[in-house]
Amino acid sequence: MALVYAGVCSHAPGITGRADQADPEVRDAFYAAFHQMRDDIAASGAEAIVVIAAEHFANFFMNNMPSFAIGMADFYDGPIEDPGWLKIDKFRAPGNKDLSQRLITEVMQTVDVSYAEEWRFDHGIAVPLHFLTPTFELPVIPVNINCQGPPLTPLHRAWAFGEALRRAADAVPEKIAIVGTGGISHWPATPDSGKINEAWDLDFLDRWCRNDKDALLDYDDLTVYADAGQGGFEIRTFITVSAAAGGATGTVHFTAPIPIFAVSCTIASYELLD
Amino acid sequence: MSLYYVQKFLYELNRDETVQTAYRSDRHAPLEPYDLTDEEIRALTEPDIGLLFHLGVNGQILMHFAAFHQIEWQDYLQRMRDGIETHGPVREGVYAMTGYEGTDAHAERLGQKGS
Repeated sequence: MALVYAGVCSHAPGITGRADQADPEVRDAFYAAFHQMRDDIAASGAEAIVVIAAEHFANFFMNNMPSFAIGMADFYDGPIEDPGWLKIDKFRAPGNKDLSQRLITEVMQTVDVSYAEEWRFDHGIAVPLHFLTPTFELPVIPVNINCQGPPLTPLHRAWAFGEALRRAADAVPEKIAIVGTGGISHWPATPDSGKINEAWDLDFLDRWCRNDKDALLDYDDLTVYADAGQGGFEIRTFITVSAAAGGATGTVHFTAPIPIFAVSCTIASYELLD
Repeated sequence: MSLYYVQKFLYELNRDETVQTAYRSDRHAPLEPYDLTDEEIRALTEPDIGLLFHLGVNGQILMHFAAFHQIEWQDYLQRMRDGIETHGPVREGVYAMTGYEGTDAHAERLGQKGS
């Protein structure tokens, strides 16, 4: 059919795990934007949700780290975190092995991608699903980009991957939603956790909304680390969605620093072209 | 030092309940397959969160280990700060590779108050 939805959201574990420690007014506005994203995905008629994540050593480690990986299973368990810590109960989310296989086969025509018939979700996917498919009504296709263990996936390859995903999504009969989830600036799980470079985030989101390829790829890891922390490496997931959106421009529905969540909590989407 | 194996053990512990059960009953036995120094074994068995951060363990791995030990979030952050204060800058890994500057430097860069 086609790609019917393309957006991005935050996934920090504090969003659920430390919800009680956040300013309720800002937190609830963010949650409302998350719920609106859920409604928008449902309204798009999406029959599967591709979640482009930056997983955090739940499945992939430095013994065999893929630049890109796509799940190819009929179900996925999660979260690997203690449910009391993440405040998300253990779950089994539906996948769609057949659809995954068709998407992967098409992506592979231009981008080398690993596939995984086992995948245990960490907060990077579990938190978005908690809001976007709370009853697991959509099959999930998990995707990972190496944003954690240097050498990291180059930004221009993240862009090429997004183009390949778009081509693959347009080639299958199912309606596909793509959701990227990551950063933007943050220093997660370090002594600097809670620091947020809001100006950097807003500049990045401006580039993202304009879908300006040159501007989105005009970063290098050293300056990203200095200005946006190692969590900033996760802009790869946003950039892949930009490429998948195929020239569409976007809207930020919500963004605000929530330090106890360790990130500028963000919900944004593209207005896909017909 | 063998940061790779420290992180590899933590990766296995974080995701495998059988390793967690083994570690709970004997913190040393599950470490035996890994090539670790005495300092690393001490950090993993006490556990010493600050030392592990100083050694270079990625926070995305370390925070799960802290949660496994029921260490509260703010306490976890403070233990890492104390580890840097006690042992010095991060020795190896992603934070050292990319130029870890510490909380004060980051606060100054971003125009924020220090931690």
